[in-house]
Amino acid sequence: MASLKRVFIYVFLSAAAVISIFPFLWMIVSSTNRSVDVTQGKLLPGPYLGENLSKVLDTVDLIPALLNSAKISITTTLLAMLIASLAGYGFEIFRSRVKDRIFSILLLSMMIPFAALMVPLYRMFGSISQTMPFIGIDTISSVILPTVTTAFLIFFFRQSTKMFPKDMLEAGRMDGLSELGVFFRIYVPTMKTTYAAAAIITFMSSWNNYLWPLVVLQSPEKRTIPLLISNLGSSYSPDYGVIMTVILIATLPTAIVFFLMQKHFVAGMTGSVK
Amino acid sequence: MNMKARTNAISWSFIAIAVIMICAFYFYPMIQALIMSFQSGTGTNLSFVGIDNYTRLFTDTTFKTTLSNTFLYLVIQVPLMIVLALFISVLLNDKNLKLKGFFRTAIFLPAVTSLVAYSVIFKYLFGTDGLINTMLMKLSLIAAPIQWITDPFWAKITIIIAITWRWTGYNMIFYLSALQNIDDSIYEAARIDGANSFTQFFKITVPLLKPIILFTSITSTIGTLQLFDEVMNITKGGPGNSTMTLSQYIYNLSFKYTPDFGYAATVSYAIVILIVIFSILQFKLAGDKNG
Repeated sequence: MASLKRVFIYVFLSAAAVISIFPFLWMIVSSTNRSVDVTQGKLLPGPYLGENLSKVLDTVDLIPALLNSAKISITTTLLAMLIASLAGYGFEIFRSRVKDRIFSILLLSMMIPFAALMVPLYRMFGSISQTMPFIGIDTISSVILPTVTTAFLIFFFRQSTKMFPKDMLEAGRMDGLSELGVFFRIYVPTMKTTYAAAAIITFMSSWNNYLWPLVVLQSPEKRTIPLLISNLGSSYSPDYGVIMTVILIATLPTAIVFFLMQKHFVAGMTGSVK
Repeated sequence: MNMKARTNAISWSFIAIAVIMICAFYFYPMIQALIMSFQSGTGTNLSFVGIDNYTRLFTDTTFKTTLSNTFLYLVIQVPLMIVLALFISVLLNDKNLKLKGFFRTAIFLPAVTSLVAYSVIFKYLFGTDGLINTMLMKLSLIAAPIQWITDPFWAKITIIIAITWRWTGYNMIFYLSALQNIDDSIYEAARIDGANSFTQFFKITVPLLKPIILFTSITSTIGTLQLFDEVMNITKGGPGNSTMTLSQYIYNLSFKYTPDFGYAATVSYAIVILIVIFSILQFKLAGDKNG
């Protein structure tokens, strides 16, 4: 009876693992095959990865899209870390009744669906375009600005600050550091793992963001990776080998980040709800 | 005194940027949307029409279709995924389980993929002459290919399968980290009292995980009410409007059809109201006293 239960557990978990991994394996295998082989259901790797790669470079604007995505995600991550950690620290270290009230109001923004913000934001950036075209529609700034500050991250940093030993800050003040000095010289260096977790989550969601860039980036040369993949995916005569190669390359940065920093990623996800 | 005022000013400067950004890019647009929901017109030429947009909701068949599609995803997919994630995490929490790290990483892997990338992969896998049909036919489980993408019923199933694949591992991680905090001696005592696995699960695990189950069901509900990327890239909302979601309808009203920003804002307030109602409902169901 007990061994039957064991067998069931292993069979069930193996099935779940196979189902979870299978689409990735299929993507990798398909990137080494020609489109015809993919449509015929070939499940073994072929010799066409090189050919698919050169086809990608000839026919798809992959490099510009990668650069656009990299610029947006890296800038978003750096700015988000600065803004959210300053605020999370500020709300916790300089607590007051008014600030607590403001904090709970900020949390309400987590309930706002992006679909509700998209139209007014589009109009907002449309009118900004007329006076300041460099941050208006179809610019990298217009993608970054509305997504860079999230109540979730502020909450995350505030929760982590609760564990921070406060006498370290006092010691810094005694040594004559200014409040900003205390923050940058003492708080930031000791909170490295919190920053790592927050940075991974922010980078991933920025790299994968689809709806807002779809609305606000209009010229093809501004396209990010998700926009490029979506565009390829909706073509009427898809070259499966080429598309799978593009998806493979586009997934690599997040996959590498994930495998290198899996612990931090999980800590970032679950840390805020503990 | 002067010193105190200075420190106070500095303390505000820490939170100032964040507060300004959230107000500018969340609260201000929400007020704009509220005003727009009482306006109508094409493009930027809007004029006030009172509650016309809100009455239009009740006669708009596309709105009703997208609303019922969104509800269907919510009612079937969210409970299915949460039960599945709970079940897997309880199995994974077993101390004597071998290959635990492999199972956990494998099942979590979908949660780090881009929504667009996995949607395109699923679209091809579930194509009429795609790999899923080929395999099912080779195994003689079906006689003719299933129209996973082009049949109104099966297209909904495909979307539900896709979202469940993407998010089960994500929710599992939350349960696993909560399960690690449960003291083993509680289960030990239950076993001595003769409680079997089922009783242990329903009498110990579920009650102790209640706050985290509440958290994940609220985030999943909010996520499902905003569903966009998958539907846009797997079925484009079709066939007809049979898989279209509220978010996609707002997108279409604003950027695909002749732009009607006013009415789009009205539909978006429908989502806001739904999110508020569902969140309150789930808090009540869980008995918010300790949740």
